[in-house]
Amino acid sequence: MKRYDVITGNYSAAWGARLSKVEVIAAYPITPQTTIVEKLSEWVDKGEMKAKFIAVESEHSAMSAAMGASAAGARAFTATSSHGLLYMYEMIAWAAGARTPVVMAVVNRALGPPWNIWSEHTDVLMTRDTGWIQFWASNNQEVLDSIIQAYRVAEDKHVLLPAMVTLEGFVLSHTAMPVTIHEQDKVDSFLPPYNPPHYVVNPMISEPFTYGNILFPWDYAKVRMSIERAMINSIDVIKKAAKEFEEIFGYSHGALIKEENVENADVAIIAMGAVAEEVEAVSEQLRKDGLKIKAVKVRVFRPFPKREIAEIANSVSKIIVIDRDISFGWDGILASHVKAVLHEYKVDTPVFTKIMGIGGDDILPEHIVKAVKDVY
Amino acid sequence: MVKTIMDEIIEAGDYVLPGTTACPGCGSTLALRYVLKALGKNTVLVIPACCSSVYQAIYPNSAINVIIYNVAFASAGAVASGIKQALDIKGYQDVNVVVWGGDGGLVDIGFATVSGAAERNEDIFIICYDNEAYMNTGIQRSGSTPPGAKTTTTPLGKIVGFKKPMPFLMLLHGIPYVATANVAYPTDLYEKVKRGKEINGFKYIHILSPCPPGWRYDDSKTVEVGKLAVETGYWILWEGYYKEGKIRISLSPPSRPYRTPAKRKPIEEFLKYQGRFKGFTETSIKRVKEWIDYQWNLIEPFLQ
Repeated sequence: MKRYDVITGNYSAAWGARLSKVEVIAAYPITPQTTIVEKLSEWVDKGEMKAKFIAVESEHSAMSAAMGASAAGARAFTATSSHGLLYMYEMIAWAAGARTPVVMAVVNRALGPPWNIWSEHTDVLMTRDTGWIQFWASNNQEVLDSIIQAYRVAEDKHVLLPAMVTLEGFVLSHTAMPVTIHEQDKVDSFLPPYNPPHYVVNPMISEPFTYGNILFPWDYAKVRMSIERAMINSIDVIKKAAKEFEEIFGYSHGALIKEENVENADVAIIAMGAVAEEVEAVSEQLRKDGLKIKAVKVRVFRPFPKREIAEIANSVSKIIVIDRDISFGWDGILASHVKAVLHEYKVDTPVFTKIMGIGGDDILPEHIVKAVKDVY
Repeated sequence: MVKTIMDEIIEAGDYVLPGTTACPGCGSTLALRYVLKALGKNTVLVIPACCSSVYQAIYPNSAINVIIYNVAFASAGAVASGIKQALDIKGYQDVNVVVWGGDGGLVDIGFATVSGAAERNEDIFIICYDNEAYMNTGIQRSGSTPPGAKTTTTPLGKIVGFKKPMPFLMLLHGIPYVATANVAYPTDLYEKVKRGKEINGFKYIHILSPCPPGWRYDDSKTVEVGKLAVETGYWILWEGYYKEGKIRISLSPPSRPYRTPAKRKPIEEFLKYQGRFKGFTETSIKRVKEWIDYQWNLIEPFLQ
């Protein structure tokens, strides 16, 4: 039965996994992720979810076990944050190379030292080159819905790549908001059971085969090229999933991006995660003051929405990118992507990087207003 | 005619096919041959980085006739746990999920995953073929290298470690089955894997696997070197298990005579075969002897 609840981002993530009928969960605790897997283990223990919960000894093992479960044909889930994400980095790359459509919730958190448990985007952005699809949720409903969509996209036979759904530490993870928890049969109609189109690690249904043994560079390059093709394929799959989701559930979070307040805009502010939601609110306010600001949420960072960003750049005279992250000695990571797109599409709209909110520093409306007034 | 264990082993067929890229005299391929005969086709091998990652043959070929899932160095115990749990929830309970790895991957870098899977009593096998160093990367010392052995990172054979008592450590996890084995005793190995197969829960088998290029002996002598390891008391063949609050160990037949130190051949017989012990000092010999005593003393209180 459809129900409404006021729940945290972490419980929304847990509900996303539950409604997706995940079969194997492997996890290790880390703040601020922990309550996701606590909730799931509670449901598994009480028999409310038919799944296996493996309480592993590290995040490296969490990803290893999730990948193994997926390779054996099960729908697998894990969740982590910050140092946990970096500790499993090797297996993040391996899971993508192994083409296992694991879905992982990542609660954004800054990296130590010094110890800091609050939100920053740098952790997830450090995994951008591994072959994972990345969904960036802006609110708790989007967390829940993106996990369901992530499985749909990851398991598509034209994709078969793992996917992350990220949510900001505390800003979403521990903040309760109204969330619709969908009817199971509706979710089932959107997300069928995982049916791998290839051999699985199960001798009862697959012939003997060897996965991942050593190969020469000319064959390796083909394997890696297939990941790039899968990533490109995922663009249409994500769009189709977003469209069907809207048809079934009656609303949309956007596909690769979502734009708000687009009318006659001459400045676009681009952001990700919960920051994007705040940008949207500020842009409405600024419009009342006569500033024609459009808010752009990058919902999917991998594959990067190049064409969409280029179109936005063509429609405005200035772009402000808010990065809650930094690539030391380089730029804000989102901003540098936007700049690269503009070069590729030969658009010369100026792009201004605004780095803020590092290590959970509050991003207040006045900070965004100031960023706009600096360049407007 | 009465069927012998050898008849059974021959009839079990071969899963290690011609075409491996292993070195001549490789102990590990020999061990894998008997392990797979005992396990049969309903088996999945999870292989972390080790010699087997390379000798299974080069893509698109495979010389091993069961499903192999190659995984990163430090991940095998966890990947196998995930596979087993997935097969379980999918309703396929009768699959042998087996980690097959070297001492580097299981005693050193992947130890946490081996220990974690054991502590959870996952229904899997972890089988370590111990060639006593990182042989695949070119003979660097591992936590399983005997004291004083020369490797490319202990080029002068200075004493560094004391060889982790891995099988005993595993037994302390309170798991239902632990065994040691040696490629020179294939029927003993075969029977141990068969016994493990009947047991529900975590099984750990540690196989001493002589390595001609790493130990620097003639590649026709793998079985002789393996036998000497047992006859000198250096390698003890035993089976152990946890039951009702207690650990029990039983010596396997080939090792039984050597419980009495006087019956053991001098350790020098084992050492002299191998280039890695060339120029071995008195101090090193003393340390190896001390290590042998330590291994026997560890298991002695638990012997039946």
